[in-house]
This record gives sequence, structure tokens and C-alpha cells, in this order.
Amino acid sequence: MFDFCADPSVLDRLTWLSCYLTTGKHMAIYWSVGTVLLLLAVTAPTALAFGFGGAVLARSRVAPLRWLGKGYIAIVRGVPDIAFFLFFVIALDQLFEWVRHEVKCPEWENSVWQGNDFIVCQAAKLPLSSAPQWVHEGYGFVLAVITFSIVFGAFAGNVLFGAMRAVPRAQLETAEAYGMSRGQTFRRVLVPQMWVYALPGLSNLWMVLIKATPLLFLLGVEDIVYWARELGGTKTPQFTAYPHGDWRVWYFLALLVFYLGMTKLSEWALTRLQDRLSHGQATASGERLRRDEVTA
Amino acid sequence: MTCLETIQAYALRSIGLGERLLPREDFTLCQQFTLIGSGMLWNIYFGLIALLTGFLLANALAVGKNSERRWLRKPSEWFIFIFRGSPLFIQFFFAYFAFLSLKSVHPAFDPFTSAWLGAALVLFLNTAAYSAEIFYGALRSVPKGDLEAADAYGLTGFARWRRVVWPTTMRLAWPAYTNEAIFLFHATTLVFFSGFPAVRQRGDALYYATYFADKTFNPFVPYPILAFYFILLTLVIISLFGLVNRRLNRHLPQERRARMRLRAPQIIR
Repeated sequence: MFDFCADPSVLDRLTWLSCYLTTGKHMAIYWSVGTVLLLLAVTAPTALAFGFGGAVLARSRVAPLRWLGKGYIAIVRGVPDIAFFLFFVIALDQLFEWVRHEVKCPEWENSVWQGNDFIVCQAAKLPLSSAPQWVHEGYGFVLAVITFSIVFGAFAGNVLFGAMRAVPRAQLETAEAYGMSRGQTFRRVLVPQMWVYALPGLSNLWMVLIKATPLLFLLGVEDIVYWARELGGTKTPQFTAYPHGDWRVWYFLALLVFYLGMTKLSEWALTRLQDRLSHGQATASGERLRRDEVTA
Repeated sequence: MTCLETIQAYALRSIGLGERLLPREDFTLCQQFTLIGSGMLWNIYFGLIALLTGFLLANALAVGKNSERRWLRKPSEWFIFIFRGSPLFIQFFFAYFAFLSLKSVHPAFDPFTSAWLGAALVLFLNTAAYSAEIFYGALRSVPKGDLEAADAYGLTGFARWRRVVWPTTMRLAWPAYTNEAIFLFHATTLVFFSGFPAVRQRGDALYYATYFADKTFNPFVPYPILAFYFILLTLVIISLFGLVNRRLNRHLPQERRARMRLRAPQIIR
């Protein structure tokens, strides 16, 4: 990276470290932090949308829809989440390939299940074997995002369902008294008011989502855990000009600190958001804010 | 092989008894049920060890965090923050590689690099931090009247804590603690995916479920079996903790008893 890095043997420790931490491989780990942040940025709204859908279904007046929504919300309790992550990644992949298989190769006679193999025709493979590298990586990432969204959507659905029920009944009755239809009441009264009640649960969920991002590694994405293992592993003089012992413990210490920092930052931001949303609300925290302002 | 033979061969496979080789082809439903169930032994082992030991440390930490003395409060706060603020997955990795480095310093650290001790230690510290936060919250909401009554009886120090504060804390914290126990058992599935090796393919339930899913390319059988076992385990935990809850609340009139309302506070760590 730096010009003085051309001959590492003459450098003293700190400058040497600055060179070491800016090698091409290390740039990959910094980029993978970007992957994690991208996952958070994409998953959070998607999961919220899934959760909203789940909560609306769970409140539906049509019984089968209600069962669907409640089942979706309930199923993630009782079963470890990692099992869901591992399950959905394979299941979604097979689902996509099977759909493409049915569309692209209708003449195919055999079943896609043959013994212990799952076989689709060449044209239906996802991603195509001829596709460039970035398509393969992108596909893995998209699968991970959908998986995260499904699992966290269920948690968000639980929170939003509770929040919708927490909106005071009198508010909805007033809306009905004004002659609003069910849909209008939902859009104009229920949804705008539920966020204050949902925020503590959603804040918690955000923290949990941050802490779930290392699971990307299990889904086969080259994320920070992957690179920490790669870069920290023992390097022998045979394969690299910069041999070192097993440094993985230091890399994981760095990851630990990174996640603690993320948690601290989120805590700070969410407290501020909570204060802003509570401002002027007829809730306990809103009342506390008002009193603080009066005394200040 | 009949199903009975399969059960005899594989029911204790996860702890090294019975058939040495895992099935390689023609996987039957019976094999999958038996092996995944066999792996559950590890999940139960990790969960129980961490729960029992973590409970004690959690009480100490909660009292520490509630203390007015700075040298007691600050370490407790930091401990809880570090273990609750970082992913369990990373904690496992970090601990494993730390033990691996320490092993070369002193052979006494040798057993820590295997899952039965190293991973159990991490889970113990982790659940202690999560439970401590629950107990701390409950400790803060012990009714003022209870404390005044204790003062009126002349109870001080440890006797006051032991006879008045602690029972009420437990009573208030119990529903949330039940949740913590459930998610602790779920968290045990991470162990064999985070550095700790499954020696001679002796793994937990998720390890075997993944084994079958990888071999058969069919996730639709092993994972539902795993889900079945865990739902069963969750129901057992809820009923056992429910019994304790009944005992904790036995002095209260029927309608004032805290109903066990289970929500999902911390889902993944």
C-alpha cells in the first residue's frame, strides 16, 4: 500500500504493522465489513416488510390467512434459528432451480430427485456454470438476504403484531365513529400509531440482527469470519513471503471489539430515536421527557 | 438393518458408543431420527451445565451490578456488556483460538480446546451475562414495601438478601429466565460450527442434521426432525420451569400469581 513497504525486513514494528494491515488480502476483509453492513441495510427493511405482512395476515378475518400468519410468526419459536438458516439456504436454492427446471426443460422426463441427488437440467442451474465469479458470489449473498429476511421477518411480525394490539382501542373506535372503513382505520390510525409501541421490540431486534451477521459465514458467504480465519491462520515460508504463526485469536479479538462497537453505537442511536419518537406522546417516557424539560 | 438394530447401533453414537461408522448411503428415516436424537445428548449436556453453573454466577453478577461500590459495579457491568454485546458465534471462535494458543504455553489448557469443556465454559459465561441482566432488572423492581418490611424485622446484610430480596427477585425474573433457558438450549447448536471440532464425528443434533442434508441433498427430512426434537425439548423446559414458577408463587393468592407469559426477548446471541 505505502511506498516504504517495498522492503519489509528493514521496517520497525509499527510501520511494519501498517504495511501488514494494508496488504491486498487485508483489503478483502475491510470490504467484507462492507458486505456485513450491506446485509444489514438490505435485510432490515426487507425483514420489516415480511414482518408487516405476517402481522397483517395474523390479524386477518379470513381464518386460513390468519393461521398462515400466526403459524409463520410462531414457527421460529421453539426451533434454533441456525437450523432455519441452514435449511432455507438449501431449500430456496432447490426451489429456484426446480422452478427454472420446470420452465426451461419441460421435455425432461426423470424426476429431479434421483436417489441421493438433486438433478436439474444444465440450463436450469443457478448460477449457470458459465457465469462469471461475481454472479456466483452475488447469488450466495441474495440467498443469504432472503433467508435472513424470512427468519427475522417472523420475529418482526411478532413485534408488530403486539404493537398493533397495543394501540388503544378508543383510537380505533373513534375512527369507526368518524365512519372510516376497516382499511381506512388501518391506514390512517393504526399504522401511524403503532410505531411507538413497536420501537422497543424493533430496537432489540436490530441488536439481534447485528449479532446474527456472523452467521453469514455458515451460509457460505465470504464475510469477516471467513477472512479472519483465512488471514489469521498459520502462514509458512513455503507459501508466502510473510510467514507468521497462528494469529487467529487476534483477528477474532478484533471482530469482538468491532461488534461491541456496533452494539454501543446502535444503543446510543436507538436511545436518541426513542426520545425523539416519545416526544409529546402520552406515554410514560413522553411524560418523563416533558418533566425534564420543565425542570431544566 | 431393522429399526431396532439401528437404534442399538446409533442411539449413543454421539458419545462414542456403538457403531463407529456413520451410515453412508440408503439413509432411512429411522437412521436420521436415531442419530439426530443421539446428537441431542450434547445439546442437553451443554445446556444443563451452562444453566446450572451460569445461574450461580448470574446471581453474583446481578448483585454486583446493583452494588453501590464502584469496584464491584464496574466489572459486573463490563462483563455483562461484553458477553451480551457481541455475537456468541464470535465468542466461540475467539475462545477456541485463544485456548489453542494457550495450549502451546501450558498443557493444562489441552482439555479446553475440546468442546465438552471449552464450549461449555463459553456457554456458562454467556448465559451468566444474559441471566444476570434479567436478575438485575428484577432486583431493581423488588417492591419497596418488601424492603421496608425486612428493615422492620431487623433483617440486614446477607439474611435480608437471602430471606426477602432473593426470593422476590427470582419470582419476578422467572418468566424471563425461562425464555433465557430456552434460547440457551437453542444456542448450543452453534458449538460444532464455530471451531470446536466434532472428534470422530461425535457431534450435536444440528451436526448430524447437516450431515444428512449434505449427503442426501434433501433438507426437507433432517431439519424437520431436528425441529421436532427441539420443540419437544422446549416443551419440557417450559413445563419444568412452570413447576418452579408455581412453587415460587405458592404464597400468593390465586389471581395475583404471575402467569407465565413467554415472549422472545433475545433470540440469537
